[in-house]
Amino acid sequence: MSLAARDRRVGWGLVAPALIWTCAFFAVPFAAMLALSFARMEGRAVVPGLDPGNYVRFFSEWALFKALLTSLEITLVVTVVSVMLAYPLAAIIAFRVPPRWQRLALLLAVLPFWTSYVVRSYAWLLVLGQNGVLNKALLGAGLIAAPLEIVATRTATVIGFVHFFVMLLTLTIYANLVQLSPNYARAARDLGAGGVQVLWFVILPLTLPGVVTGAFLTFVLCIGDYITPQILGGNNDLTLPQLIMLQLGRSGNFPLASALSVVLMVVVTVAYAGSARWLRLDRL
Amino acid sequence: MRGLGWVYLAAGYGFILLPVAVLVVFSFQDGRLPVPPFQGVSLKWHAQVLSDRNLMAALANSALVAGVSSAVALIMGFLAAHGLARVHLPGSVWLRGLLMAPMTVSALILALGLLTLFNQTGLRLSLWTAGVGHVVLNLPLCFAICYAAMGDQQKAAERAARDLGATEVQVLWLVSAPMLAPALLAAFFLSVTFSWDEFILAFLLTRFDVTLPVEIWSMLRSGLSPATNAVGSLVFVVSVIAVVLAEVLVFARKR
Repeated sequence: MSLAARDRRVGWGLVAPALIWTCAFFAVPFAAMLALSFARMEGRAVVPGLDPGNYVRFFSEWALFKALLTSLEITLVVTVVSVMLAYPLAAIIAFRVPPRWQRLALLLAVLPFWTSYVVRSYAWLLVLGQNGVLNKALLGAGLIAAPLEIVATRTATVIGFVHFFVMLLTLTIYANLVQLSPNYARAARDLGAGGVQVLWFVILPLTLPGVVTGAFLTFVLCIGDYITPQILGGNNDLTLPQLIMLQLGRSGNFPLASALSVVLMVVVTVAYAGSARWLRLDRL
Repeated sequence: MRGLGWVYLAAGYGFILLPVAVLVVFSFQDGRLPVPPFQGVSLKWHAQVLSDRNLMAALANSALVAGVSSAVALIMGFLAAHGLARVHLPGSVWLRGLLMAPMTVSALILALGLLTLFNQTGLRLSLWTAGVGHVVLNLPLCFAICYAAMGDQQKAAERAARDLGATEVQVLWLVSAPMLAPALLAAFFLSVTFSWDEFILAFLLTRFDVTLPVEIWSMLRSGLSPATNAVGSLVFVVSVIAVVLAEVLVFARKR
């Protein structure tokens, strides 16, 4: 046996466990789910087949299709607001805070990461609830006459999401900002640019690939999340993941849930194709 | 202008830290509801949580599934990274793509796919079916970190070891793994973090032996309670201690 052939056999042997695992527990289940999305429900029984009925139903039934629109709206708002809030925060930490304190400043900015995801959404219930900290403070200050109804609305979902993604984006944008050579800003200043001009015309364009990558990550994680809208948004204004879970739980309609999941995946793929030009996943 | 920056920073920290501060403060509430007014300091909720058998069982389950699934993902990811970085295999770009694919799919879809598979094969759901899901979730991460860390320096050392008569297993165990130790540790701890906090796979793929996030989820159904605050605070404090320890250890080594 030649050396190259022996090497190749060793190589396959090393890759095999991961490959088999990925095929058995990712590719095969995914194929099974795809097949299931073309099945029908008859009573409580699943009838396999090649029926596009679940997809037809999704696009023709407003209650179902609306969930996709809700998800898209929430995700877009969250992505834009989070980037706009996180960028200045990351810039201040990178350029204003003295270098020896930056690590601590960053650690403090992502401190809530270390409590569990479910608990973080619950904590916002305590802040935003009818008798919560925010309402009590505003009532006490005489700014409002009656408590604001925030919980179980879309606003609460957005606030919960923005909180999480501001932390995430501050991290990724900060990493991009400190990688920049200070010479760009110096050159711009020598040529007469002011602080705001340097930020807007020099630093922002240079960090755009990193920002787009972070925004894409936000989009993907946000649109696929079940916990935050379920805890904070309630059951009035369902998102696509909530609808999927509802199909699994109450009605046991696996075929429809599968079709909805396929739709969710297609949306993410489209978003990927749309931002692929600027995406630099290696720069994360 | 200068002052404005600091005001923004303070406001940003206020927004980020507010919910956690409220969570921790009201876990000490001497009353039935974790909302203002604050009625005095009490440790009864913490005590109640620490003596709750379901919660402690869920905690043990979480630790077990996080440790085991991360170890499995790390070993498979490391071996695959070694194979793909060292040997030129036909179609290696596609192999890398396939191994990374689960990362691009949301956990809900991974969970639904696995649930479909387990239902069709008649496999009973347990902690271990959730563990299978966590390995799928973390394998791309472990693979990517190990793959990125394999540089030419290791390659030379591995070749030298082979020339000196080391078997493939000896090369992996005595040369590659020790040289990549920081990357391996990073991958392991990141996996443990994700698995520890993962909800949707654990929720859909376990039945009775649930993990901590699922147990906390079921606590939420009974509404606001300082007990939930106490669980959240305890998880938070333990995690922060772990992070600080890791930070100190890594820093101590660097110096």
